Amino acid sequence: MASLPPSPFDLGRRNLRTLVAMATVGLAMLGLGFASVPLYRIFCEQTGFGGTTMRADPNVQVRQATGHTMSIRFDSNVQPGMPWQFYPEHRTDTVTIGRKDMAIFIAKNMSDKPVTGTASFNVTPTQAGAYFTKIQCFCFTQQTLQPGQEVRMPVLYFVDPKILQDSDNKDTQQITLSYTFYPVEQDKKPS
Amino acid sequence: MTTITADHYGDHAHDHHDADHKPAFFQRWFMSTNHKDIGTLYLIFAIVAGIIGGGISGLMRAELAHPGIQYLHTWAMMMDGPAATMDQAYHLWNVLITAHGLIMVFFMVMPAMIGGFGNWFVPIMIGAPDMAFPRMNNVSFWLLIPAFALLLGSTFVPGGTGNGAGTGWTVYAPLSTSGSAGPAVDMAILGLHLAGASSILGAINFITTILNMRAPGMTLHKMPLFVWSVLVTAFLLLLALPVLAAAITMLLTDRNFGTTFYDAAGGGDPELYQHLFWFFGHPEVYIMILPGFGIVSQIISTFSRKPVFGYLGMAYAMVAIGVVGFVVWAHHMFTTGMSVNVKMYFTAATMVIAVPTGIKIFSWIATMWGGSMTYKTPMMWALGFIFLFTVGGVTGVVLANGGVDDVLHDTYYVVAHFHYVLSLGAVFGLFAGFYYWFPKMSGKMYNEFLGHLHFWVFFVGVNLLFFPMHFLGLSGMPRRYPDYPAAFEKWNELASHGYEIMAVGMLIFFVNLIWSLAAGKKAVGNPWGEGATTLEWTLSSPPPYHQFETLPVIDDNGHH
Repeated sequence: MASLPPSPFDLGRRNLRTLVAMATVGLAMLGLGFASVPLYRIFCEQTGFGGTTMRADPNVQVRQATGHTMSIRFDSNVQPGMPWQFYPEHRTDTVTIGRKDMAIFIAKNMSDKPVTGTASFNVTPTQAGAYFTKIQCFCFTQQTLQPGQEVRMPVLYFVDPKILQDSDNKDTQQITLSYTFYPVEQDKKPS
Repeated sequence: MTTITADHYGDHAHDHHDADHKPAFFQRWFMSTNHKDIGTLYLIFAIVAGIIGGGISGLMRAELAHPGIQYLHTWAMMMDGPAATMDQAYHLWNVLITAHGLIMVFFMVMPAMIGGFGNWFVPIMIGAPDMAFPRMNNVSFWLLIPAFALLLGSTFVPGGTGNGAGTGWTVYAPLSTSGSAGPAVDMAILGLHLAGASSILGAINFITTILNMRAPGMTLHKMPLFVWSVLVTAFLLLLALPVLAAAITMLLTDRNFGTTFYDAAGGGDPELYQHLFWFFGHPEVYIMILPGFGIVSQIISTFSRKPVFGYLGMAYAMVAIGVVGFVVWAHHMFTTGMSVNVKMYFTAATMVIAVPTGIKIFSWIATMWGGSMTYKTPMMWALGFIFLFTVGGVTGVVLANGGVDDVLHDTYYVVAHFHYVLSLGAVFGLFAGFYYWFPKMSGKMYNEFLGHLHFWVFFVGVNLLFFPMHFLGLSGMPRRYPDYPAAFEKWNELASHGYEIMAVGMLIFFVNLIWSLAAGKKAVGNPWGEGATTLEWTLSSPPPYHQFETLPVIDDNGHH
């Protein structure tokens, strides 16, 4: 460092090199900002962060934890202004942990136009998200209801027995599964 | 500031080797590539923005002095026409809050700290003739002007319920997307883009200058702490601002091009915006305060006539604050619904920051210990900084607790906390630096009596203004509302009186500024005596237009 000062030519080149390196860092952070959209989704899907539920194959084999039950509460919402009635057949259900169970939600189009909807979902307490596993759900696809049409939509799910080993969930006695239906606007592409 | 122009004896001597040869007025100030001139421009800009942003807080304190709506509806009628509804008045409140936050952060503190003092003194302190990329430096400054114009202009176009962007400085979706129709929010976001681009270019410039252009013998471990603070700040800017740029670009496309990055209806997530914003936003608060740390270190050392205690610890404490600052962002989001473990992590990580911050506080105290202290105005502001920043730091540790934050989130306790670290921390740092370097920048001495008077009036004013907010917050008064129950009146009234006292303090500042520029005593090269050891004090006051044409050589026992 304490050697001769660099000649102006060398300094210009060194400065340019630093400029390029730092601009690359800046661009990388910009890229990371945009990449965070899929990364955040993958992170939530993998870890159940924020109450994101898990998804399993229909043929999945689960060990039932006989004697351990969990109360499941079903919550249903539609975006304000969406002309649907949407409610669960039963508000609560008690299931044996590890046993596959089916819940029915009922949706009715109250308008005189066909309306397509898609549902977002999560569970609370959020730390139960990693154990609440859906096999089949109306929320996996878009639903189109004709004017006045009423449908019964099933959710096939189970609570993973590993929840019994998770100290964060030792107080969890009830899991609330919540859905919100949004109208699908044709000009909006899912990100 | 105009004294610098007044001093242009080199104008007739068309001798390009003359270190003090200055270009003509337009070329000098509008096409400037000189780091000192650009620093001056930044400081003038910051003062103008500070007057506007501070004026807005005056409007808010006037409205908040008593419960009920006093002036807000009248102001709304001035902005939106005589038919303005109460909803438009409430929207105006949101616009004022948004403008105050954005102006103070992006157009006052950052330009003054980094653009102003950073430009002026980083090259000089490392013995460099100028910044590495003088033209890019010019671009950085001039990007701020359209950015500020966009933000101010957004106030006059529709932004949803009324005119202007009423989203808060955080611009959270969905309020900023589906909740704010009209071009105001787009303009504000574009303004942020430009301000961000300005800061990123500036950051690259500082990093290159500091890494490559130090004088012979000026090793990294001999750099003055102010230079260290700007280096760390520049890295924070470079790593954090692009993430904000990405986040608000997605806001723009959500608003205008039908994407749904933050819209649950299309599979997006509004919480993602909060994560991205605070990944930028938390380093941002260190961006605002770290240069203040640097300034205070120089001043404490100068006026204690001792080198800074624990120099390396001080430098690496700033590095540590910068690094840890990137992994604590979600403590701004404790109430968004997190599991206990996540809260615990963010609580613990946040509290870790108190360790390097404590190192800095105690090292400043240890620097003063046994020093031969003189209580000049800059030293008063630096002492005020240490005291008030510590108060703000302590309430920060309180708020770091996820459980406590559930109660205090979005109350006036938070307002009190971040104004103690910023309005009383960063701003005291700014005034300390301003008085410390004013003789160097202008060649004139400021008035010591007015400087002290400014300090004491301002000190009393801001404490009356912000300390009662702790009590209001603990009693549950929420932020961002123009009205409140009568039970909160006394402390609010006191706070508004505090604002008045603070405003008188600012008046004294401007009197001092104008008086000193017009009639101040001529400053010698080093007005502070043997304690001032950094390179800027080896030059004349003001320094020659081009300094260090022959590089200074820093010997091995020179201290910081």
